[in-house]
Amino acid sequence: MENTTDKIAVVIGASHAGVNLAFNLRKEGWLGTILLFDADPALPYHRPPLSKTYLTSKNSEAQQPLKPMESYKKENIELYLGIWVKKIDRKAKQLSYGEGRAQNYDVLILATGARPFIPDIPRLETTKNVFPLRSLEDVQHIKKALDGSKQKKIVVIGGGYIGLETAASLKKMGAKVTVLEREERVLARVTSPELSAFFTDLHKKHGVKLRTNISVKSIRTVGETQQVLCSDENAYQADVIILGCGIQINIELAQAAGLTLKNGIKVDGICKTNDDSIFAIGDCTFHHNLHYNRYVRLESVQNAVDQAKIAAAAICGKEVVCNSIPWFWSDQYDTKLQMVGLNEGYDEALLRTELENENSFSIWYFNGKTLLAVDAVNNAKAYVIGTKCIKNRLSLDKAKLKNPQIQLKPATIILE
Amino acid sequence: MAKITFITQENETITVEGNSGSLMELAVNNNVRGIDGDCGGVCSCATCHVHLSPEHMETVGSPSEIENDMLELDDNVSEYSRLSCQIQLSEALDGLVLKVAN
Repeated sequence: MENTTDKIAVVIGASHAGVNLAFNLRKEGWLGTILLFDADPALPYHRPPLSKTYLTSKNSEAQQPLKPMESYKKENIELYLGIWVKKIDRKAKQLSYGEGRAQNYDVLILATGARPFIPDIPRLETTKNVFPLRSLEDVQHIKKALDGSKQKKIVVIGGGYIGLETAASLKKMGAKVTVLEREERVLARVTSPELSAFFTDLHKKHGVKLRTNISVKSIRTVGETQQVLCSDENAYQADVIILGCGIQINIELAQAAGLTLKNGIKVDGICKTNDDSIFAIGDCTFHHNLHYNRYVRLESVQNAVDQAKIAAAAICGKEVVCNSIPWFWSDQYDTKLQMVGLNEGYDEALLRTELENENSFSIWYFNGKTLLAVDAVNNAKAYVIGTKCIKNRLSLDKAKLKNPQIQLKPATIILE
Repeated sequence: MAKITFITQENETITVEGNSGSLMELAVNNNVRGIDGDCGGVCSCATCHVHLSPEHMETVGSPSEIENDMLELDDNVSEYSRLSCQIQLSEALDGLVLKVAN
């Protein structure tokens, strides 16, 4: 590795990807300066708990920092929080930020992530108590608005993971929750009809009203409360409205700098963009997945963390290959969903339920004989076996896999 | 207050004190290499795997079913394996020594 003592690495975006990258750079031997920028003023924190334990926690200080302040000091990682980076000048290798400030870099890492997508609904922007859920501040607003509402009627617009996790948490907090979903089923964009059906039942059992095939026409404020007017001609009353309509990736800086974009910032196997001095990691990247042999854009902690490791090693001159299998999780009520692999292109969804526990099941997605992905509900065993089978491209005995009388063990379901 | 010692794969010994939270959080907060805690402590990633010494197994207790299953993700699993995110700090753990599995 070349001497990095006088070099400057600048990271834009201090969430899971950016923070892990900064610490991994030190681990891999980067001796020079590391600067970490983010528009969010809070000490970088874990995002997944925001819609779950942090939302339901009574203690507003209960957020989980990714690393304590002392760790940044110890590793000499300089934090520039609450600061917007405005422009990247690739020729001068310089970025501008704040009020006319400039910062040079030798290597730049874009970990700019995504922001909530705000749907185009008349009067949405001027209505009070409407919040997306992606940042610590968003959740603090939601908690405050909920505290101040008498009837605790909540409408969640969007039945994706964020919408459903938030619905589950709000229900736990005693709210009356209605989820409005535009598609014909919840989680339509991200999972199979089988799993959507399970989560529909789960939320109904807990008293959440789920309305699908419905679009929001406009919002009306009536006294202290809001009415969400919908395509089914109903007006849903809401003291608080949560937007769970997906995300929009933050690619404006990359775009203005002329980097190659294609459904995200396009990067190669070591997370390098078409500029040798600029890397990109996390939700904002369009990258090649070796296992599935195609380009993907993933919104997940796993991808952020894995790409941070790869990019940091590559920047420090190590030879690395990214060969990770994507995985995800979601916790709703007492249900734990763990997903591994990408099920796109499956032609068979094999359902396996466990005899000893009716709440425990798994869905195995195949294309022909190839196992593509596994969704495991309250079934870490299926998740773990699925992960190993996908990774090692093992063939499975589908008849045995489907049979609940046969124990779920690698020895019983893997074909010789 | 409980004094906990982590021994990393590089044989670095880190002794730290804490009184609440999980052992994973304690390790992450003190930069113990090999304890990542990527999922934030919800038993979803198995990146906080530690080996206990046999004499401490009883004090700490055995893993739950889901934790046991998750441990199988790692080839380096043994009968003394635990995920440190699932162990809550308490005075009773004072003097505990943990080997980081990765």
